[in-house]
Amino acid sequence: MQIKRKDLLGLEDLTREEIEIILDTAKSMREILDRPIKKVPTLKGKTVVNMFFEPSTRTQSSFDLAAKRLSADTVSVSTKGSAVQKGESLLDTLLNIDAMKADAFIVRHWASGAPHFLAKHTEAAVINAGDGTHEHPTQALLDMLTMEDRFGKIEGLRVLIVGDILHSRVARSNIFGLKKMGAHVTLAGPPTLLPEYFKELGVEICYDIDEAVKDKDVIMALRIQKERLEEAYFPSIREYRKYFGITRERLKKASKNAVIMHPGPVNWGVELDFDLIQERESLILDQVTNGVAIRMAVLYLFIRGEKAHE
Amino acid sequence: MNRKLFKGGNVVDVLRRKVSKADVLVEEGFILAVEPSIEASDAEVINCDGLFIVPGLIDMHAHLREPGEEHKEDIGTGTSAAIHGGYVAVVSMPNTNPPCDNRSVVEYILRRSKEEDKAEVLPCGTITKGRKGLELAELSDMHEGGAVAFSDDGSWVQHSGVMRRALEYTKFFNGLIISHAEDSTLTHMGLANESALTTKLGLRGMPIAAETIAIFRDIELARLTGGRLHIAHVSSKDSIELIKRAKEADIKVTAEVTPHHLLFDENKLVDYDSNYKVNPPLRSAEDREALLDALKKGIIDVIATDHAPHADFEKMDEFNAAPFGMIWLDFAFPVLYQSLVTSGKLDLIKLVESMSLKPAKILGLEKLGAIEKGYRASFFAFNPETEIKIDREFIKSRAYNTPLYNFKVKGKIEWTLKDGKIYRH
Ligand SMILES: [Zn+2]
Repeated sequence: MQIKRKDLLGLEDLTREEIEIILDTAKSMREILDRPIKKVPTLKGKTVVNMFFEPSTRTQSSFDLAAKRLSADTVSVSTKGSAVQKGESLLDTLLNIDAMKADAFIVRHWASGAPHFLAKHTEAAVINAGDGTHEHPTQALLDMLTMEDRFGKIEGLRVLIVGDILHSRVARSNIFGLKKMGAHVTLAGPPTLLPEYFKELGVEICYDIDEAVKDKDVIMALRIQKERLEEAYFPSIREYRKYFGITRERLKKASKNAVIMHPGPVNWGVELDFDLIQERESLILDQVTNGVAIRMAVLYLFIRGEKAHE
Repeated sequence: MNRKLFKGGNVVDVLRRKVSKADVLVEEGFILAVEPSIEASDAEVINCDGLFIVPGLIDMHAHLREPGEEHKEDIGTGTSAAIHGGYVAVVSMPNTNPPCDNRSVVEYILRRSKEEDKAEVLPCGTITKGRKGLELAELSDMHEGGAVAFSDDGSWVQHSGVMRRALEYTKFFNGLIISHAEDSTLTHMGLANESALTTKLGLRGMPIAAETIAIFRDIELARLTGGRLHIAHVSSKDSIELIKRAKEADIKVTAEVTPHHLLFDENKLVDYDSNYKVNPPLRSAEDREALLDALKKGIIDVIATDHAPHADFEKMDEFNAAPFGMIWLDFAFPVLYQSLVTSGKLDLIKLVESMSLKPAKILGLEKLGAIEKGYRASFFAFNPETEIKIDREFIKSRAYNTPLYNFKVKGKIEWTLKDGKIYRH
């Protein structure tokens, strides 16, 4: 099983077969995580550079751990805010690090398309760890792995994604991935954060959460970026919770089998009521574990894939 | 006596809307005669076989970046690019640093233009002091100093009262107000057209309504005041509708379109090439077609380049951080000729008149924009058969931010004549 492309920039580009390869590889990677010594020499001698232009402890440590489990050497470059403000362009940073002969760059950036830009300027594999409001492919892959574990397959699943869809790269990647794998996707949230343009991606749009939660297998809440409030996409957190939060009462209307997911970190009491976790099946921590497995699979396939490419 | 005889070219006659073989006799910077055949034993003869002889182009909208941002472009490099591209006159937009908001900057630009002695620079002054949108700049004094129009280009005058005064005040000298129509409260931090495609790409949108709202208001103010309004870089079908209705109502409004809005649409953004990042943004394919149609019908009067040079290190950056704009002066005509005229989408006369005669008329430039007895001897020779490659060697602009970089285009400007002086390329 091999992937014949240099970079993982998003799920929109991948074929269903490629997604299946990554999910299957992640399952075998997970076995490594269950061993007493959680390390294999697969990527010994390879160098993985974590380039995080936007802080993200979770994703960064997940990638870092994944690389270490496969015995790769890792380096981290963190730049908070814009590198431009520091008088150093993104390309400068990349060229410098590229001169150090890395095999892969894990790129998290506040600008949509930044990994695509870097991928054009390096021979190394570029893995998108979240670009602006565009894609976050490994997050969606780990979400899909989690769903597959729970339901046996993704085909035919009814998935609801709730919240700030407009600014969510997790939502976009999940839409692309889930649609490709044959799931039904419904989006819900305030219209300011859920423009009708999303219909063109082959999903359903619903502005009534009580209606939207019915008959769903998976209810995925997204983090509400509180800083967006300055721009007034909705009037208040209180009103958001009232009309779009996944509350206990609201969940009573959902199917008994519905599971809760969230890419984290959760604003408890806003997107999700904390106490519903006790009553309902939540896969939030499974998502975290699967994150390492997915990232091991991606590093394995793309770093090797690059070789196969040559 | 400095006489030149241009023999045997296909003269593009925008006044009579025809192309025919003719000789052109030039003396002391003026056209002495245009006839099927001229004999003048005392003139220097320039053979024009196989060439189109085209009226010198006039760009109503270019950014020459001087004063203040000479690392991007200056009046020397900008006018070199212009004369190279067949332009004999270029309006320089005032969003420089400092902005061209008073007569001394207008005069500085004119002096630099004379020193360089290539394409003529026509300064556009700001509408408001500091381009801040609050108080009128000294419009009449700038006009007297040589400013041909006024615009706060890059920002729309958000304050309706101030815009009203500008359109009203400039009437006593028949001034021209150019509107960069963009309600910035709707485009704040926007990067691209607001659409399904750019939503998918995660690029913050700039809705068409930001442009139509601005155009609608400015047209109403032109109606109210009787002032002369010119809408810069129109980008959408909806905007065209507003301009069409205003023209039907005899409101004094004219409009321009850029080459990039005629040639490209938002689909070019799929791999985040910042060379396609422009403001107003590239819209849908439907909008692009509507713009061409409006140009053909005369609803849009002029093709202006919005030549926007940036240093390569500025454009070679993530899409969000890269500045807006692309360059055009060196090659707008050959590219438009190849993509629109040879493909039959636009006739040659229409292309030429929208880049020469029409801008001359709107700007009130006397004896410019046509090849006609008594007119200024400003025209260029175009060889439609010779191929050019748009690369570093070809481009005379200091910048090379264009998605057409390294492209080959059929059609070469062999030389440009400006007020009787020949610039060979
Ligand atoms: Zn403008």
